[in-house]
This record gives sequence, structure tokens and C-alpha cells, in this order.
Amino acid sequence: MSANALSQHYAEQVRQVQDGLPAELPEWLAGRRRGAAQRFVAAGFPDPRQEEWKYTNVRPIATKPFAAPAADAPVSPETIAGLGFEGLDAHRMVFVDGRFRPELSDLEGLPEGAMVRSLSGMLGGDTDRLEPLLGTLAHDRFSSFAAANMAFMSDGAVIMLSRGVRVERPLHLLLVGSAGSPATWHHPRVLVQAGEQSEVTIVEHYADLDGASGFTNTVTELRAEAGAQVRHYLVQDHADTAYHIGSIFVQQRRDSRVTSHNVNLGGRLVRHDLNIDLTEPGAEIELNGLFLVGGRQHVDTHTRVHHSSPNTTSREQYRGIGQGHGRGVFKGRVLVERGAQKTDAQQHSANLLLSPNAEIDTKPELEIYADDVKCAHGATVGQLDETSLYYLRSRGIGTEAARGMLVFAFADEVLERMELAPIRTSIERRLAARLPQAGVMEVIA
Amino acid sequence: MSTQSQDVEQLIKREYKYGFSTDIDQEILPPGLNEDVVRAISAKKNEPEFMLKWRLEAYRHWLTMREPSWAHVHYPKIDYQSISYYAAPKPKDDAPKSLDEVDPKLLETYEKLGIPLHERARLAGVAVDAVFDSVSVTTTFKEKLAEAGVIFCSFSDAVRDHPELVEKHLGTVVPSGDNYFAALNAAVFSDGSFVYVPKGVRCPMELSTYFRINAMNTGQFERTLIIAEEGSHVSYLEGCTAPQRDENQLHAAVVELIALDDAEIKYSTVQNWYPGDEEGKGGIYNFVTKRGECRGRNSKISWTQVEAGSAITWKYPSCVLIGDNSVGEFYSVAVGNNMQQIDSGTKMVHVGKNTRSTIISKGISAGRANNAYRGLVKVVGGAEGARNYTQCDSLLLGDRCGAHTYPYIEAKNPTAQIEHEATTSKIGDDQIFYLKQRGISEEDAVNMIVNGFCKEVFGELPMEFAVEAQALLAVSLEGAVG
Repeated sequence: MSANALSQHYAEQVRQVQDGLPAELPEWLAGRRRGAAQRFVAAGFPDPRQEEWKYTNVRPIATKPFAAPAADAPVSPETIAGLGFEGLDAHRMVFVDGRFRPELSDLEGLPEGAMVRSLSGMLGGDTDRLEPLLGTLAHDRFSSFAAANMAFMSDGAVIMLSRGVRVERPLHLLLVGSAGSPATWHHPRVLVQAGEQSEVTIVEHYADLDGASGFTNTVTELRAEAGAQVRHYLVQDHADTAYHIGSIFVQQRRDSRVTSHNVNLGGRLVRHDLNIDLTEPGAEIELNGLFLVGGRQHVDTHTRVHHSSPNTTSREQYRGIGQGHGRGVFKGRVLVERGAQKTDAQQHSANLLLSPNAEIDTKPELEIYADDVKCAHGATVGQLDETSLYYLRSRGIGTEAARGMLVFAFADEVLERMELAPIRTSIERRLAARLPQAGVMEVIA
Repeated sequence: MSTQSQDVEQLIKREYKYGFSTDIDQEILPPGLNEDVVRAISAKKNEPEFMLKWRLEAYRHWLTMREPSWAHVHYPKIDYQSISYYAAPKPKDDAPKSLDEVDPKLLETYEKLGIPLHERARLAGVAVDAVFDSVSVTTTFKEKLAEAGVIFCSFSDAVRDHPELVEKHLGTVVPSGDNYFAALNAAVFSDGSFVYVPKGVRCPMELSTYFRINAMNTGQFERTLIIAEEGSHVSYLEGCTAPQRDENQLHAAVVELIALDDAEIKYSTVQNWYPGDEEGKGGIYNFVTKRGECRGRNSKISWTQVEAGSAITWKYPSCVLIGDNSVGEFYSVAVGNNMQQIDSGTKMVHVGKNTRSTIISKGISAGRANNAYRGLVKVVGGAEGARNYTQCDSLLLGDRCGAHTYPYIEAKNPTAQIEHEATTSKIGDDQIFYLKQRGISEEDAVNMIVNGFCKEVFGELPMEFAVEAQALLAVSLEGAVG
């Protein structure tokens, strides 16, 4: 489709969405959505001449006239169960093609003070509580995808925890794509407000039914108030034909602690932006990430950790494996603002390049405006260590099996930081299946 | 800590010791840039037709380009029409035949700078080409070098005496349209140094160029071309200073290095352009393109730089490793004080098989300076067995400066081994305490620690430069420690 026809298409989409907004929508919300729609239509999709998109060309996305998927597809509870993590005892919210499906979800037994609802449900009449949360952390400084989400969002999850509330079981948000047409898009939004001293584990999990394809454009806004502890898992296991853009915005207050696990196994063209703002002393973030690219997959992760207050800590460990014709991109930025003394930031990007046609691009950045800080970063791109291979072979293990073990061990260094064993095991199994020495690996995993 | 802050004040107010200017009759083109200026420069230098054609192409291309804005530096827009593109000491009658005919004021200037041009006052066997504003003043030791077959002369002489060599190699490493500042340089460059080392020759002495900006409102655009034929070896040094003025002056140089089979080029720079005062007034804008091509097998190019001056430094000496087993090295100390802005680093592009590169970068920031390392390590698909090791360390002295690291790593070959490490720190109170406790003054202690921090790089400099670099660092930073 020509650029002109496309922009007309999107202008029309915006008009449809605007017309479809209920008349009783409060002005703040209508205003934010209108503004976002205008910004998206004006900015269009990012192009590789922008530094933040240097290694990722979204042309496959930018040239398609995406539209919302058709009405609710029939999905059975058995299908959903098959997609979940075996043995994970969790509260569950299921979204199909971006729409909340209460009949497939299970939110029984949440503790008092923990509100978990669908965004569509709240937009129906409980909008006051959304005002401080929705669209207040997200911005479109680096791309217009977050604006597109705001303009077109249909549904999502809203999680609000009162002071001191501890949610024992993890919250599993399962977002499933079912639409067969590649030209459908949906824009889920996850809002988390973790009150003071609250504690929760959230699993954002993306998967597709067989034959499903499309474009998922998500935005997550997460606030961790003083002393809150949030563990956030992002497991992206889309079909290999799917497009996925995820924008995550985190704001942390005094002594809060957020752990993020970001695992990318599927998708044709995937991009994640994690924007972390450590705004008060004692805030701490741990970022763990793993991507595996094969076939013609392209997976890009950008993390931006903003130390805007003294005595904040960040730990970052991202690992990537390139196979086939895959391309993996990592860019991590640590920004220490003037006055953010005693910042402790460590960042590491390690990558295995296993195929002559794969490519890895990595760019760890430090930008530091304070002197009393401890900041270090490192990046490596390489292959399996010959001496390790030799060691394993000298113990009677075949070359293929030895290679498989070493690749698996490389990836597992990130996975073993996950506290939820069912998720870790499940990902380990999926990872093993995607490695070339799958047969051997099943035994190990 | 009060003694310490006194030291800081004292030393930050240090005089830039090369800030004088020389009152000498000069021939200066009026400010402005157009095709006529390009033609005038070419005509003044009696250049052959191919040079003028090349310059005009570059100029026309430059007109279509936009000034780059991606670097971490900020400066008011440069008005390219307010700069004079050519300034030269007025010739008495004809070009000087020997040093005795060179204007004594010029010689005095270089004596003041500590660069004796008189061969009798030889500088430990270093041959010097001195460039004053836009033209080369003199080149020493020409005869001795000629005996070995080495050509070392000003660029203008090279165009006159060896046009075939210039035509063959000029712009083959840094094309005239490479980037905005390189294109500008190609259009208006007035002089520079030319080195040709024939097959199998080991250059008998260090070669050195001393660049000096003197005239007001002029830009300096020099171009250096070094060709090392098969199996040859050359070590080249450059130094730069400028008078202290309130206006900013533009310096946009281009350096091209070509190393053929088994050849080795070692290129060292001690850059001490006027950095501006403590409020950031004045100083040189240093926008430089330096690139070397290891074209032959087993060739080696090594860049060593000590960047202490300039209000803005924008400079990425690079190596394109084309020949199999070729080696690229980059050793850098970049020091920023007061309002200086530095965005510097290197590019290592691995093309041939079994190519290796090493990057050691030490950044020091003090005052309100911003110091960024920006580097690219690129391994193309066919570059089997490429190896890179990168280490960039930053030292922050004071809480109002900045240190940044932007490394780009692009790997397309599964046999590539790339490592990058970076740290940022300040001088520990415990380190200072330890040294003071042993009777070393605080200032000396800081000096010692900073020198230790830079040792890996200084070790790469030729002896006489290493001494100068250490002294320079001491002047730049002593006491500026928090």
C-alpha cells in the first residue's frame, strides 16, 4: 500500500475509534486519546534513520494497513490450559486478540486491597481511578507506538494494590492471538499501581494459537510506590510470523524493588523498550533478559535506566543467541543524572553468534553526570569456548551434545534467576526445543 | 578539604601557555566561501587541473550536505561565510630556499612552542614539518630522509613534485564526500603533510608535524596523507597549538593512512589547541576525520592520541582492516576541563580474515566538561576469525562534569570474538589517603593516580611525546579533584 493510502487508512481508523468512543467518556480521557491519535498520525512509524531505530526497520509493519480483529473468536478453556505454564498456580486473566475473556479467566481468592480488573470494564464507568495511571508514564519520545496504543487501545489489565497488600500467587496475564489474518492489530495495555510496601508477581505472557498471526502493540505502565516489591515476567512466545512491539514504563519510589525478566522466544519482528525511572533514593531495579533468534527472526530490546536520584541501584544482564538468519539487537542505556551520587549501575550484554548468517548488534551506553558513582558495563559477542567443548568431549560427550549443553548453560544463566520454577522449567523446555540439538537437549531439560 | 579547593581554583585558572599570537605579515583571503574561493586557493598553490576538479566536486557535494548533529556536543551554529579559508605568512620574494630565509619571527614562534626547526638544534632525530595557519613553513631533515627514499614534505610540495602519487592515493581512504567536515576540508584544504615510505624501508627517524593556528577569523584545514609501501615502517607524530582568543576558530582536518602488505604505520597525536577559558569562551572547534586502511596482508595501523585541548573535539581515528591478519590499534587519553566537550573514539571495521583490533580509551572529565567515547566495532560477514578487545575507562573529577560511553558493536560472523568493557569511577579517598600518609602531597598524589590511569596509553607514545603528554596532563588537571 502506498504511503499516502496508508496514512489515509490510519486517519480513517482514528476517525472510527473516535466515533466509537462513548459519549459519557470523561474529558481527560477523550482528550488524551485524541491527542495520542493526532500524534500517531502525524509522526507515523519510526524509520531506521532515527538513532533509536538504527538496527530495526519496521517496514514490514509500516507498510500494512492494520485494523482491529473481528468479533470474539471461540477459544476453549482446554486450548488456554495448553498454552499456560505447567504447574503454575496463579490468578489468571486471559485476553484473546486483545479482549478480556472473563469466562477463560480466574480471579478468585485475591486478597483484600488488591484490585485486578479489565481495562474495558473500568472504562465502562470507573474512570476516575484510571486518571492518574493511564498514559501518565508512557511517552512517545522514541517512537509513536505508545501513542498508537493510547489511540486504539481496546482492553487490558488494571492492577491496583493498596498499602501493604501482599498477593501470594502470581498474576498470570495470558494474551493470546487467534486471528489468522496478518493485517490485524491489537493494543493491550497493562497498568500496575503497587502501593507502599505491597508485593506482587506479574506474568505478562504472549502466545498465539496455531495459524494465528498479527501485530501486538502493548504498553505497560508500572508504578512501584515506596517499599513496594514487584516481580515482572515478560514472556514473549508468539508465532514466528507475528509482530510484537512492547513499550514498558516503570517508575520507582523510595526503597522499591522491581525485578524484570524479559524472555523472547518467538515473533518475526519484535521490539521491546523498557524505560525505568528510579526517582527516589533506595530504589533498585534488576533487569534480566534472554532472546533467541533463528529463522528470519528479528528481536530488538532497548533498555533505558534513568538514575534520577542518589543511592539508586541497577543490575542488568541480557543474553542473546543468534542462529539461522536471525538478528538480535540490544541497546542498554544507563543515565546517571547530575546529583545522583552513590549510584551503583552494572550492565552486561553477552551474545552467542552461532550461524554465519545471523547478526548481533549490541550497544551498551553509559551517560554519567555525577562523580561519586560505581558504573560499569560490558558486552561480548563470541562463540562457544573451544576448551569447554574439548573438556566435555574428553569426557565422552559427542560434539553436538556438548555444543547443545554449552548453549543451554549460557542461556540458563539468565533463566536461573527466575524465582517461579514452573515458568523457568517451561521456558527451559521451549528453549531446548529451539536449539539445533533439540533431541539431546530434551534429556537435559 | 579547603586546601584542595584552593588548588582547584588556582589550577583551573592556569594560563594556556601557548596562547600568544605572532605579529607577522600575512596574506589572508577575505572571509566567505564559494567556488571562487576554492579556485583561488587552488590557483595560489599552482595546483594541477585534477586537484581543482577534485576540490570543486567536494565543494558542490558539501553544499548538499547537512552538518552532523548526532555527537554529544553543543555549540552555536557555525557561520561558514564568516571564516577566512586561507591565511599564509607573506612570502618575502619567493619561497624560502633554506631556513635562513624563513621569517625569523616564524622561527621564534616555533622556538617558543619548543619546536626548534633548526637542524643544528635537533630534536633527538625527529624530522619536523611545521604548518603555520594554512601553509607549511618548512620541513627539516629532508635530505637525510631522501637518502633512505622516504618522501616527507608539505602537501603543496607533494602536489608539485609527486603529482602522480597524490592523484593515485588522495581521497581513496576518506573520499571527498565522506562526511560534512571531510567534504569541507577537501574543498578548501590548504596544506598539510605528505609521507611516502617506499617498499621495504624502515623510516630512519620519527616524522613530526607541528600545526599552529595564528591568524584571527581563519579556519585551518590541513590534510595529511601517509603511504607505507610493502614491508615499510613509519612512525609519525603531530602536535597542535593556537593563540588564546575569545572567538571560536574552526579546525577541520583529514588524515589518510594507507598500509600495504607487512607495512606498519604508527600515528601519534598530542592535541593541545586552545580550549577556551573557564567560561567556555573561545577555543578551537576540532572536527577531524582520521582513517587508515590496512590494505595489505599482515599490515598494522596504530593510532595513539592525547586529546587535551580544543573547546570541542569531534574525532574518530579509524582502521579499516582489509588485508588478512591485519591489525588495528587505538590508544587514547582524552582530558576535558572547564567547559570542554569531547566526543571521540574509533571505528574498527574488520573485513579481512584473522584481523585483530585493540581499543584502549581513557577519558578524564573535570570542571564542567563532557567527555564521550563513541566507538564502532564492526565485523562483516566474511571476516573469519576477527578479534576485538575494547576497554574504556572514565575518571570523573568533580560533580559537574560528565562521562559517557557509546560503543556500537555489530557482528555478522560467527567466528568473531568481541569484548567490550567500561568502567566509570572517581579517585578514591582511600587512594589519596594512602599516598598522603606516605608523605606525598595531595597534588602529587592525584597526578600520580591520573598518570597511572593513563599509563597504558602513554606507554604507546614515542619517548619524547610521552614526557610532553605527562606534563600536559599535569597542567590540565592537577588539583581538579573532588
